[in-house]
Amino acid sequence: MGIIKKLPVYLEKIPGGNIVTTSLDFVFSQSQASSLWYLLFGTACCAIELMATGASRYDFDRLGMIFRASPRQSDLIITAGTITKKMAPRLRLLYDQMAEPRYVIAMGGCTVGGGPFYYDSYAVEKGVDHIVPVDIYIPGCPPRPESLLEGCLALQKKVKRLKMNDWS
Amino acid sequence: MELTGIFKYLYELLAATGLPEVWVDIIALIAAGVIVFGFLALVALFLVWLERKFAGHAQQRPGPMRTGWHGWRQTIADAIKLLQKEDIRPTLVDRFVYFWAPVVVFVAAFMAYVVIPFGEGLIVSDLNVGILYVVAITSFTVIGMLMAGWGSNNKYSLLGGMRSAAQVVSYEIPMVIAICSVILFVGSLSMVDIVQSQAKIYQWYVFRLPFGPIAFIIYLIAGTAETNRTPFDLPEAEQELVAGFNTEYSGMKFAMFFLAEFVNMFTVSAIGATLFLGGWQGPLLPSWMWFLGKTMFLVLVLMLFRWTFPRLRVDQLMEFAWKTLIPFAFVNLILAAVMKYSGWFNW
Repeated sequence: MGIIKKLPVYLEKIPGGNIVTTSLDFVFSQSQASSLWYLLFGTACCAIELMATGASRYDFDRLGMIFRASPRQSDLIITAGTITKKMAPRLRLLYDQMAEPRYVIAMGGCTVGGGPFYYDSYAVEKGVDHIVPVDIYIPGCPPRPESLLEGCLALQKKVKRLKMNDWS
Repeated sequence: MELTGIFKYLYELLAATGLPEVWVDIIALIAAGVIVFGFLALVALFLVWLERKFAGHAQQRPGPMRTGWHGWRQTIADAIKLLQKEDIRPTLVDRFVYFWAPVVVFVAAFMAYVVIPFGEGLIVSDLNVGILYVVAITSFTVIGMLMAGWGSNNKYSLLGGMRSAAQVVSYEIPMVIAICSVILFVGSLSMVDIVQSQAKIYQWYVFRLPFGPIAFIIYLIAGTAETNRTPFDLPEAEQELVAGFNTEYSGMKFAMFFLAEFVNMFTVSAIGATLFLGGWQGPLLPSWMWFLGKTMFLVLVLMLFRWTFPRLRVDQLMEFAWKTLIPFAFVNLILAAVMKYSGWFNW
């Protein structure tokens, strides 16, 4: 990452260099946004909706999203389903294993803030943002495929705004 | 070294500049290599897109649609994204083996194209051991996969690497025997000679009854297994092995595995077209068009296999290779030998 990260710093000193950096920004962020490969990760009923969204009628592949089973190759983790306190460390591990830049979509009431398990449950993590940083929240119990697609489009919009300088 | 077609033209162009002959040789070879490499990189990108569209339409969904017209930029976007991804090297990997595994797979996939005749005179080098060279080089891929499996220090990678080694070694045998039955008829290992022996459509080896179609089917099945594609994709079985031998690879290293897989698929189809479907022979259209058309036909057949058949079990896979394909291939070889020396069907 070293050279690419420093590239805009050097480029912008050259006259006309900022044109190059902005067009590179455009190409890089567009391609990132249009191939968000998501991790095959589902813990409860939201996973069924996630599968339905991947299948024929709704078709994630239209947006260039395919699932990868290995966290090393995925860009996006859709936390589909209740995250229990036992699952939380595993989710964190999977998130840590993913290669930067990585994004998280919290799908469904349970991962947004505990959902139906908010009261009287000792086992459920009240919101997945206690464990990993979340980019997009999708409420619903479970959310319909349309709203999941809406969330993915919102994430694409967010990714398209990225600049090379924003990279950590 | 024998040069033909555009490479001969290139050579003459360079020779006219008055450079020393050694340099002319070197520059011409590098230029030929760059041309073939660029063409294959384009083909691999196109095939990934085609595979995803094919998968989509096979399952009554459109496939990539949003990235350009019918998603034509999809693979380019994927490649640029993979370039930007972090290159992870897990702590306990065997550094040397881990680093070189994708390179071995990638280079082995591209080296087969030295002897593949893309058209009349469109061949980098017409080796007199052509097909033997291809068979030898394409099995290099398995060394890369084993390296990836071993070097990653991950149990899923290791299982995937071992499975792919067992599979490729088993299916190499029926494949080579099927190829042998064609070589027996041609009497030469050179790819150009093989193509030239199939000048008329009834001389294509796939139409030489009874041994031709059997050899072709055995070759196609073994070729599907060699490229680790779906009825035989045990090395990367997602349900059991995460992603097989490339589980620990991210970013560009993963992209190299990915592209090599599709280049291998194109290799298998190109060799199938050369050996059984008459290579670049055909009326009216230019020869390279015939070659590409036949190859793309075989590529589509392989894709159809992938999206039609469920995966085999490990024991079924091995039994199929050793108890079905190899006996059939041997009987077929004997049949071809009898046909050749009795003079029947020797048109």
